[in-house]
Amino acid sequence: MFDVLTDLLTVLDSTMRLSTPLLLACLAGLFSERAGIFDIGLEGKMLAAAFFSAALAYVTENVWLGLAAGIGASMLLSLLHGVASITFRGNQLISGVAINFLAAGMTVLIAQSWFKQGGRTPALLSGGRFENITLPFADALSVIPIIGPFYKEVVSGHTILVYVALLMVPLTWWVLFRTRFGLRLRAVGEAPEAVDTAGVSVIGMRYSAVIICGVLCGIAGAYMATGLQAGFVKDMTAGRGYIALAALIFAKWRPWYALSSCLLFGFLQAVALRPDLIKGYLGFEVQVQLLDALPYILTVIILAGFVGKAIPPRAGGEPYVKER
Amino acid sequence: MGNANTEGRQETAAPAIELRGISKAFGPVQANKDISIRVMPGTIHGIIGENGAGKSTLMSILFGYYKADAGEIFISGQKTQIPDSQAAIAAGIGMVFQHFKLVQNFTVLENVILGAEDGALLNTSLRNARATLRQLAQEYELEVDPDAVIEDLSVGHQQRVEILKALYRQAEILILDEPTGVLTPSEADQLFRILRRLRGEGKTIILITHKLREIMDITDTVSVMRRGEMTATVKTSETNPQELAELMVGRKVLLRVDKAPAEPKDVVLEIENLRVIDDAGVERVKGINLNLRAGEVLGIAGVAGNGQSELLEVLGGYQTASGKITVNGQEIDLTGKKSDGQSRRARGIAHVPEDRQSEGLIMDYTAWENVVFGYHGDPQFQSGLFMNNAAIKEDAAGKMERFDVRPPNPRLMAKNFSGGNQQKIVVAREIERDPDILLVGQPTRGVDIGAIEFIHKQIIALRDRGKAILLVSVELDEVLSLSDRIAVMFDGQIMGERLPQNTDERELGLLMAGVTGEAS
Amino acid sequence: MQKMPVWADVILIPLVSLLLAALLSAAVIVGIGEDPQAALNLMISGALGSTYGWGYTLYYATNFIFTGLAVSVAFHAKLFNIGGEGQAMLGGLGVALVALYIPWPHWSFALIGCTIGAALLGAAWAYIPAILQAKRGSHIVITTIMFNFIAFALLNYLLVNVMRPAGSMDPATASFPEATHLPTLHMLLEPFGIKFSKAAPANVSLVVALLAAVFVWLLIWRTRLGYEIRAFGHSESAARYAGINPVRITVIAMMVSGALAGMMSLNTTMGEGERLILNSTEGAGFIGIAVALMGRSHPVGVVVASILFGFLYQGGAELALWTSIPRDLIVVIQALVILFTGALDNMVRMPLERLILMFGRKEG
Repeated sequence: MFDVLTDLLTVLDSTMRLSTPLLLACLAGLFSERAGIFDIGLEGKMLAAAFFSAALAYVTENVWLGLAAGIGASMLLSLLHGVASITFRGNQLISGVAINFLAAGMTVLIAQSWFKQGGRTPALLSGGRFENITLPFADALSVIPIIGPFYKEVVSGHTILVYVALLMVPLTWWVLFRTRFGLRLRAVGEAPEAVDTAGVSVIGMRYSAVIICGVLCGIAGAYMATGLQAGFVKDMTAGRGYIALAALIFAKWRPWYALSSCLLFGFLQAVALRPDLIKGYLGFEVQVQLLDALPYILTVIILAGFVGKAIPPRAGGEPYVKER
Repeated sequence: MGNANTEGRQETAAPAIELRGISKAFGPVQANKDISIRVMPGTIHGIIGENGAGKSTLMSILFGYYKADAGEIFISGQKTQIPDSQAAIAAGIGMVFQHFKLVQNFTVLENVILGAEDGALLNTSLRNARATLRQLAQEYELEVDPDAVIEDLSVGHQQRVEILKALYRQAEILILDEPTGVLTPSEADQLFRILRRLRGEGKTIILITHKLREIMDITDTVSVMRRGEMTATVKTSETNPQELAELMVGRKVLLRVDKAPAEPKDVVLEIENLRVIDDAGVERVKGINLNLRAGEVLGIAGVAGNGQSELLEVLGGYQTASGKITVNGQEIDLTGKKSDGQSRRARGIAHVPEDRQSEGLIMDYTAWENVVFGYHGDPQFQSGLFMNNAAIKEDAAGKMERFDVRPPNPRLMAKNFSGGNQQKIVVAREIERDPDILLVGQPTRGVDIGAIEFIHKQIIALRDRGKAILLVSVELDEVLSLSDRIAVMFDGQIMGERLPQNTDERELGLLMAGVTGEAS
Repeated sequence: MQKMPVWADVILIPLVSLLLAALLSAAVIVGIGEDPQAALNLMISGALGSTYGWGYTLYYATNFIFTGLAVSVAFHAKLFNIGGEGQAMLGGLGVALVALYIPWPHWSFALIGCTIGAALLGAAWAYIPAILQAKRGSHIVITTIMFNFIAFALLNYLLVNVMRPAGSMDPATASFPEATHLPTLHMLLEPFGIKFSKAAPANVSLVVALLAAVFVWLLIWRTRLGYEIRAFGHSESAARYAGINPVRITVIAMMVSGALAGMMSLNTTMGEGERLILNSTEGAGFIGIAVALMGRSHPVGVVVASILFGFLYQGGAELALWTSIPRDLIVVIQALVILFTGALDNMVRMPLERLILMFGRKEG
């Protein structure tokens, strides 16, 4: 019994860690897509942020400067996406594809020319990483059965960015549904012409959304390189931007659903890391590849509308052009 | 609101709106040419003109939706820059567009406050707006549930929300662009009552329309536009419909098409108990019965959106339905499983669709590619595995010449022709098939007067060759002048059939509103 | 409406976009402390200076012709197929199944068989996103992305658990039998007295790719199906009116696209690798997007753009070999090409349009 609990807690603990970049990127996509700008460039922005945060954190030995650099890099790519898809009314999907490649190539190129370690940054030492935080009473409460260890092992003991990501969920909900900014943001993704004729700048709203998206992707990438791992390696996001995109669709573009879908997909990743546990408990082997593919398969099923239809924002993907 | 002392101002005060020398071009098209206009406060001013005359463009400039190339705007005597809608709203201007600018999945309340919130948080804005809305509703008979979601509201109610939006922003000047196009006559009457009331409160109203009746009914003054220019501004009480019509089109209008009496023969199309349910699950056509004979024009009158489009789509083969339709005695498939646009064409049904830009033509195809559109699979246009482009080009050149399409260049893209010439390409394609049945939707929408006459003549000529024509038009004049028999559609049903010589616009208008003779 | 002449749209704009991408790439090279002129010289001599270089350039170009045509066909139906990568992986599986489990007497028969196998599985992998788009409105861009990952997981499973020969540690199939080995350009050109490098991997698949380009041209511009695909791409509502079945066109266009992407594996798996490995596609499915955008979805443009990208690939490999510029430079160049010819098209087009119209007026 005790063993089960330990194993479960370990898996849940890594679920928390692995869900965090997904959640941040997913909320980033939520802001952008709710404003009508499709973003398949989450992956590239995370990757760029991962590299620049690691590089700066290594050079300055200050993880906060690293975080700022990561956010800055991600925002630059966001602005590029904005210029292409808002100002020049280009194809948002093609722009996203370009950004992913740009980040994939540039990070390795710069890393190689900067650190000469084959496209990676040197491993980060303690000052260059986010430290795990032990929440208050973690030890004191651990005597309470179930809840105590759960609090100590799963809830407590993560870096600050994990808690930032979790707090972003209610914050996103509140901004979206309780503020003027949120009302306008949702409106611009549904009916930009209504926003325009109400005297609000469509371009301004969409740029704000895209920039917020850049900030959140920046935090996600910084977490990858300075929280989850210690430094940047080539292509380290490994498709997480796409899983976040899948989670966003799975969540039907809603903040609380985003939390649950990211936790689910994070859990799948955590389980995939421990094939021994599956075999031990379920008595049969589950192919790791199946677990890897499961988020994508689930998303396709959701997209197909077999389990509740996911309806994207109505003006999504379309540049705003005044009708004639 | 309503704080201006309108009594004293009318004689001495500056006009509420004055436009001087407004010009606007879209690419090579001059939509507005040096337009000047003055509208006095507390009046209803009509702007009338044909489709494409530049009315909407002018008002969109006033509302800051488009930017003028040249000209000045004065609001209450003050020169005002209106670079965007925000400036227009600040200047006290509100506009109800022809296509509403509402967020479909927002509530009424959310739509009303959008862009005019009281602060960064929504709670107070929503509370204040709810109170204001209740007050406005009482003041102007603009009842609408503030918590209703827009997509659940009728078109008439959606329009009220647009008016409420303007009033909530304390608009003193209200522009309405073709507000009755989507309304039944009774809804339109209700709208006009509201407008009169607003005028009574000292608001200035500009009404854009192409309907003479509305101008005569409600306006104090009227301006006429033709091809981007303002041809006249007169007091409504000092003019008459005939004069306005002449000013609109620039010459004496033919109100009736010259045609011999019809000689109807056998029934070629029989529709029994036809029902159409659209993708959203709404029943658009509710069990109609109609028949059409060779050698006659059957006109379907009705306000847009009462099931006529769906009727045409079913007959054209791209909308599923239940019921029974027989063509030349043979039942046709309505499930879409064994039929499509191609199989309808094979049965001798040709179709001039309501919207040539989104249905009738591929705007990025050349004229010659468009002249076979829908018939591109015909054996005469194939050679072996491939299409016989030489034959298609030759065929296209002939049709374009016979229908006087200008310029007569088959290699030009469809989008580079004028509206009238685009429509001629569609009509040429469909009529030259010499079909047994021709479906025609809005044949002259956005078409210049010369092309209208030409197209009308071609339709009558086809009838005189013994073919059957089903005409759908929201232009009552057109239905009255072309049809040999008129059926009126309302809410997916046929309200009644009339002969044009035994009816008039008034009776048809009542039927279009769902009022039958027995009921009234 | 006044418009730009055709040559400006087809040649000038892609050229200017390309030039912008090249300038920025040069700036990147300067940025990492290398000399762009020297780099370009090295790339040219490495990729085009010998038949060995050409052999690699054409080998890569063959991949890109297939995937570029795949993206182009889908573009004509206004469908954005990002799934070329996954479809190519499945195509590789098709090649492997046909080559391994059917005894072939001669490479020519094997080529036909493997072409069918690759096209069938590639098309099948595109079929599911296509039918979901057509019948259930699932966004095809998202589903094809998802299917890339699912394809990778599937291939990973098959190569690790099912098709891996006993005793081998590589996630790869056994080597294909001798009879299925395709002749290289060296062997093909020898009878004509042309000496072509023996070591380069370019092979007879290049001919298949060029035939595919001709096929696509005929299909899109000369057949009824092509007329319908383009009509559907321009206006879905008009297509419905004309009796063009949207489901049918979506499915056919995507399956042709998937088949073409799948056929890429003839070159990599059958021609070069002679066994199926996990990462045989090497991102060529994505380069198809850049190639199609640059080639304006026209087969001639696609072939030209493919050779250019083949040059970049081979030149980039040479750079990585002789300088400290990593191969990833190509990925950056590829990104810039997609950016300028695709997403920032209007940025290049609008000023050029104004310029040309101004000159036109002066002359007229």
